[in-house]
Amino acid sequence: MDEQHQKDKDKYSIIVPTYNERLNIGLIVYLLFKHLRDVDFEIIVVDDGSPDGTQDVVKQLQKVYGEDRILLRARPRKLGLGTAYIHGMKHASGNFVVIMDADLSHHPKYLPSFIRKQKETGADIVTGTRYVKGGGVHGWTLMRKLTSRGANVLAQTLLWPGVSDLTGSFRLYRKSALEDIISRCVTKGYVFQMEMIVRASRKGYHIEEVPITFVDRVYGSSKLGGSEIVQYLKGVVYLLVTT
Amino acid sequence: MKHIVKILTMIMAITALWAGLLQVSMIPRSHTWLLPIYFVVSLGCYGLLMVGVGLMNFPTCPQEALLLQKDIVEAKEYLMQRGVNVSTI
Repeated sequence: MDEQHQKDKDKYSIIVPTYNERLNIGLIVYLLFKHLRDVDFEIIVVDDGSPDGTQDVVKQLQKVYGEDRILLRARPRKLGLGTAYIHGMKHASGNFVVIMDADLSHHPKYLPSFIRKQKETGADIVTGTRYVKGGGVHGWTLMRKLTSRGANVLAQTLLWPGVSDLTGSFRLYRKSALEDIISRCVTKGYVFQMEMIVRASRKGYHIEEVPITFVDRVYGSSKLGGSEIVQYLKGVVYLLVTT
Repeated sequence: MKHIVKILTMIMAITALWAGLLQVSMIPRSHTWLLPIYFVVSLGCYGLLMVGVGLMNFPTCPQEALLLQKDIVEAKEYLMQRGVNVSTI
């Protein structure tokens, strides 16, 4: 009876960092409400001073869905992803936190499977993986797949992280776990995502994975150049030595 | 224990094993000296194999792109009716 009562009181704070996502933020919000009908959740938009009017769209969305469901917690300018999560968490009233990208590469339809997995296993962290059956990517060239696979094998061999997708940023965290881990992380960019999951693994947090599909950004393309590769290698060595 | 300590301990254990094999000389000396090289090369080959296998089996989801486009259309319709700006300009 107590456990059921506890489960019914789970609330999910979904933190969405945005920068110039005027169209995507509306789409994401619509899809979240569509796929999470029976879930108690709130969306926290951390916008870093977008010049394209993203915040105006968020205010319009608040009129449609309610200011208690969509929180706009903006910042004056681009201040980085890690601090965006911390900023979002300060205003989160849920006991679970979801982090996801605003560009529709992370589809809200997978959130019920994250939640289900967490309830089934009691995990502290549920992370989405693109690299297992049931998951996948779309819009990646052969070169990108090769780099991704090579990077993954390297990181697996050196770090033994216990998850198949290290750089993914579609995750569900128990709020207390996220607060604990994020305070120890110092890197930036996607190495930050790696650092979070590796530190969580080292600390003994219970981590589960669910397959997700990742459709690359509809407009424009991600660039993966030499400097990203160097940054990645530095990140792996840093994690090897400090975790 | 830090991860790097685990790895160094493993390397030390393997090195000790190798030194032991050198002492015992059950295997001809020339082979034993080359064991570390064999080890590193096989590790490299295993890595390349894993990359190749992973690349061949890389899961893709072209149908998801289509579903996403449908979702976008549906969302735009709904939001436009309720006064949310869904233009891209």
